[in-house]
Amino acid sequence: MAGPLLAISSPSWFWAIEGFEKTLTVGKFLCFLHLSSSYLSTSAMAIGPSMIPTIDLTGNFVLVERISTHLGKVGSGDLVLLRSPENPRKLVIKRIIGMEGDTVTYLVKPYENYESRTIVVPKGRVWVEGDNKYNSHDSRDFGAVPYGLVEGRLFWRIWPVSRFGSLLNK
Amino acid sequence: MSARNLLWDAAKKCFAIGLIGITVRDRYVSIAAVRGASMSPSLNPLVDEASSSRRPISDDYVFVEKFCLEKYGFSHGDVVIFTSPTDHKERHIKRIIGLPGDWVGISHIDDVIRVPEGHCWVEGDNLASSFDSRSLGPIPLGLVRGRVTHVVWPPSRIGRVERKIGHQSVHSY
Repeated sequence: MAGPLLAISSPSWFWAIEGFEKTLTVGKFLCFLHLSSSYLSTSAMAIGPSMIPTIDLTGNFVLVERISTHLGKVGSGDLVLLRSPENPRKLVIKRIIGMEGDTVTYLVKPYENYESRTIVVPKGRVWVEGDNKYNSHDSRDFGAVPYGLVEGRLFWRIWPVSRFGSLLNK
Repeated sequence: MSARNLLWDAAKKCFAIGLIGITVRDRYVSIAAVRGASMSPSLNPLVDEASSSRRPISDDYVFVEKFCLEKYGFSHGDVVIFTSPTDHKERHIKRIIGLPGDWVGISHIDDVIRVPEGHCWVEGDNLASSFDSRSLGPIPLGLVRGRVTHVVWPPSRIGRVERKIGHQSVHSY
């Protein structure tokens, strides 16, 4: 008796299950995208004058890896993607100059005089600066930033093709 | 052969559940354990304020929502969970006292500080034993990982975590 009944009621059920499974597949794919971009690697568009000459004005498309950030392996000299301490919705790219405990000496106003200041980076923080000291808003303005704001380390440039290649320490 | 298929099926299911679970935890909601008495009496209430043992009876588990991170829209009195500015592996739960542009009074040195752009001023409800903005300074909003809305465990303590404005004078301009 069960056979014919099932046959009558099957079409609507069939579509419901089919739809559910399709949604689930798409959902799983989106979850996979989220996981790979937040734990492995993501991409970013770098624009602006603060990192000249490493990253030029026209904008570079770069790959950012998350693993060394999670493991706490990011060190001095690395280019990092950083959540801006002054605007949490903005991401910026800077170079780490000093880790916690390091002594950093910097020019206060590089375009005016040679007045320099020396500080020790506090515990749990990093000192970041742009490569273009004359036009960069960085730790010299807002101080050392907590390591928790570091989102990832830049490791590869995709665009422009002429400068395709590694961005790691030279 | 069928046993292997069954095993493979189970492995795929586990993988899918893990995938969805971690995504939901990262982006939408999660559960966190509260340690220490810095938020007493809102979280982990101390039985006897005067007793020598400063430990709460049991740890509360709280429900954390992360939708607020889309716009970083927080209000005064929200209880938030954030990564410690001195150690990125640690998380703290505190209450937001001041938002960008506010003047916040610090009781123990009789001074007022203006909260800088993109930062917030956080304090524990139990000012006597709380390590917060009074010693850490303003916290960048980028370190906030979510807002605490409910206590979910133990059963006797299930309920909302109220948003309350502290005793301190806060003036916005």
